[in-house]
Amino acid sequence: MITRALFNLSDAGSRIFLGVLLALAILVPASNLLLPPDSAFHVPTHVVSLVGKYLCYAILALALDLVWGYCGILSLGHAAFFALGGYAMGMYLMRQIGTRGVYAHPVLPDFMVFLNWPELPWFWHGFDNPLFAFLMVLLVPGVLAFAFGWLAFRSRVTGVYLSIITQAMTYALMLAFFRNEMGFGGNNGLTDFKDILGFDIQAQGTRAALFIATVALLALCYVIARSIVTSTYGKVLVAIRDAESRTRFLGYRVENYKLVAFVVSACMAGLAGALYVPQVGIINPSEFAPANSIEAVIWVAVGGRGTLTGAALGAVVVNAAKSMFTTGALAPYWLFALGGLFIFTTLFLPKGIVGTIGSLFRRHGHEAPEAKEAAEPAPGLEKVQQ
Amino acid sequence: MSDLCRLLLVVIVAAALWAGGAAAQSPSEQHDALTRARGLLATGDYAKIVEGVQAIAGSGAEHAGKLLTAMADRKAYVDKTGASGAYRDGSDVFDMVTNEKLAALPDGAEAVRMNNRVRNAIKAALGTLRLSAKDPAMRIAAAEAVLRAGDVEALPALDEMIGRESDAGVLEAFKTAQAGLILREGKRPVTEQLAAIRLVGARGDNEALGVLRAALQSPEPEVQEAAAEAIESIEQRLAFMANIQNVWYGLSLGSVLLLAAIGLAITFGVMGVINMAHGEMVMLGAYTTFVVQEIFRAVAPGAFDLSLLVAVPAAFLVAGLVGIAIERGIIRFLYGRPLETLLATWGVSLILQQAVRTAFGPTNREVGAPSYMQGGFDLFGLAFTYNRLWIILFTLVVFVALLAILRLTPLGLQMRAVTQNRRMAASMGIRTGYVDAMTFGLGSGIAGIAGVALSQIDNVSPNLGQNYIIDSFMVVVFGGVGSLWGTLVSAFALGVTNKLLEPWAGAVLAKIFILVLLILFIQKRPRGLFALRGRAIEG
Repeated sequence: MITRALFNLSDAGSRIFLGVLLALAILVPASNLLLPPDSAFHVPTHVVSLVGKYLCYAILALALDLVWGYCGILSLGHAAFFALGGYAMGMYLMRQIGTRGVYAHPVLPDFMVFLNWPELPWFWHGFDNPLFAFLMVLLVPGVLAFAFGWLAFRSRVTGVYLSIITQAMTYALMLAFFRNEMGFGGNNGLTDFKDILGFDIQAQGTRAALFIATVALLALCYVIARSIVTSTYGKVLVAIRDAESRTRFLGYRVENYKLVAFVVSACMAGLAGALYVPQVGIINPSEFAPANSIEAVIWVAVGGRGTLTGAALGAVVVNAAKSMFTTGALAPYWLFALGGLFIFTTLFLPKGIVGTIGSLFRRHGHEAPEAKEAAEPAPGLEKVQQ
Repeated sequence: MSDLCRLLLVVIVAAALWAGGAAAQSPSEQHDALTRARGLLATGDYAKIVEGVQAIAGSGAEHAGKLLTAMADRKAYVDKTGASGAYRDGSDVFDMVTNEKLAALPDGAEAVRMNNRVRNAIKAALGTLRLSAKDPAMRIAAAEAVLRAGDVEALPALDEMIGRESDAGVLEAFKTAQAGLILREGKRPVTEQLAAIRLVGARGDNEALGVLRAALQSPEPEVQEAAAEAIESIEQRLAFMANIQNVWYGLSLGSVLLLAAIGLAITFGVMGVINMAHGEMVMLGAYTTFVVQEIFRAVAPGAFDLSLLVAVPAAFLVAGLVGIAIERGIIRFLYGRPLETLLATWGVSLILQQAVRTAFGPTNREVGAPSYMQGGFDLFGLAFTYNRLWIILFTLVVFVALLAILRLTPLGLQMRAVTQNRRMAASMGIRTGYVDAMTFGLGSGIAGIAGVALSQIDNVSPNLGQNYIIDSFMVVVFGGVGSLWGTLVSAFALGVTNKLLEPWAGAVLAKIFILVLLILFIQKRPRGLFALRGRAIEG
């Protein structure tokens, strides 16, 4: 099994992707921790967290590519899974604050004291235990995806209908989480985290460790996704994507195949959210916004649908561009740029960056695809590192 | 009593007296009665003063109302002998008996002594004066006021008036008011109180509820029981009315949903194009309204009421042209790839939002309401506002017009042909590209018209469209893609359900319920309420 998984990674794209991740995991924390702040190669801590955030988005994009790129399920609700994972992590971090909150209540988070809640609601119990919280990070999005997918796929809700109801799902969750009565901090969400697993969450070392964890989990998710799509199961997924009815008539239980992919993808999205929260320092209901889900789709489309590496690349490139645009004089034009990107990609770059480059090479024959593809993920990542 | 109330009283009383209803007595009799009253007021004995107040009220003099009002404010004066008396009205001083204007207060005049008993007597006297106004509508209003104030002192006067009243409508109002006072007082015989409960109970509104609640305190068990029963039936009635009111709100919400979704029913339902920029077409329509109104304000402020009439075709053209541009520029390259269309039009929506934000600023824009859309009216205790009423009517007109275009015009025929079988339609000589552009333009234009209506009830901001896009899609999908009637039914069903859920669940939770119900519904019927039947296995 493991050898097969490793065998699946023998293609050029995977090698480059994992190589870049390994380099990131070593170089970024090393230059942050070891080099003096005035060195030209020093990476400031906030940049470490910023790149860490992009990589969380990359995990989300990877998750989305698994269902959209390989199974044809355009989920506009992946922000919901991302945010649920984030909330699970946020709840753990809230419980870690303990008596250091403004009201210094030993058990209740500040917002509950503020709302005069007498005791911890039942669904907050257990989140002081990191193992339980990390389990919930995967379980909550997974169970929601299972219930949702089981209903939707069994009744053959497909295509745009599925997109619309996934969007409605995340919209409903957003409205729900905005309510104070839900017990998740309402409008303000969860924030003011102090430490994680006993380490100060603001400390340079913790930030670097979180970064390494993000890179490692991105790599792990990639390996999992890659082994799924190269397996026989993955081939069936692609068959479903291209001709769902035909696959069904051939005797495959299409809904089960889709359901597995959807649940795995949701768990990955939850994981991304969980890594995102400690690095960004806040989780609030606006993470559920349908617009976020659609943005995640465009990352995948820009990078290259159905390529996995492209999805991750797209997430990083688009978000790096967003950071550059929204911080300077160009801020008012960011939505023009993003909107233009949506239109340009769908009209002129339907295969995305990675897909287009890949097909260029294929057209020129198979001469040394590794060497040329090597140049491809680099530009985006370079941008990030500066 | 506040100054305003006082003023109102004076106006009502003056009007009543001017109408001459109370001038039953001849001038000399009036003079005698007032002179006698002046003597009584001068005694300083409260019982006599009350008598004096009643004498003034009974005199039928034109200035009796003003005089009593002044007295309540301690602005009526008599000297100790009762030989002279005056009252102040504003800054002027008038003689108490002759009502001639005086230069100053008579010597030795002091304000008439006052206690609560006297005050109540004045109040009752004023009530009586109003009850005897000539105009029946004014008498009914006076009776209502008496009932609302629970002014038990007016009861004897009311009893007397009922004997004299001839107008049936006024009589009914008097009797209800009398019944209310009887219950407030609680001293009449039980049978009379029970009759009063029946009378008040028949009225069945919040006033009646208040009176009946007072009757619950009655020492008589029979009265208590009858009052409790009447309260229960009124509360049921009120709950029923509240439900009707909610249905009305639901219809109003449904019409808004329908307006927002109906254009989508064309672009998504008929063409199968997922237009995520649909909400922005609505927004463009709203901003067109704003611009049209600005022009009207600058050029022809007097004709402001016509601005919406101009805005409707303007919004249709603006949104329709933008829609055609989007279709020709982007969407036509993406037919058959619905998910890509979704992404591209989302990009368009971002650009349009930002363009409007750049042009008009990120804050809400003020769109005025023409005079015929302001205010509202009450019907059977239900409140209706004109703007909601107009929007419901407008929505139905737009719906019928759209239906007519699809059914009756050559373009509609071509649209349906292209929808059903594009290649066949093309081989019959229909310019499918042109029809596509026109269809998309029509759907977008109708979204623009929706924007005109929504500008009247919602904030006109660049985010206007975003608030409607998810709802619109849900409406179309719930109703059944491709079915205009389905969209109509679904919009009103969703609107009414939402508003009926709201009292129990609150606005946000009701909305969440609706979304969850819809998600579950789509599992059951993936093609919506009114699915188009076809033999294709994949839609």
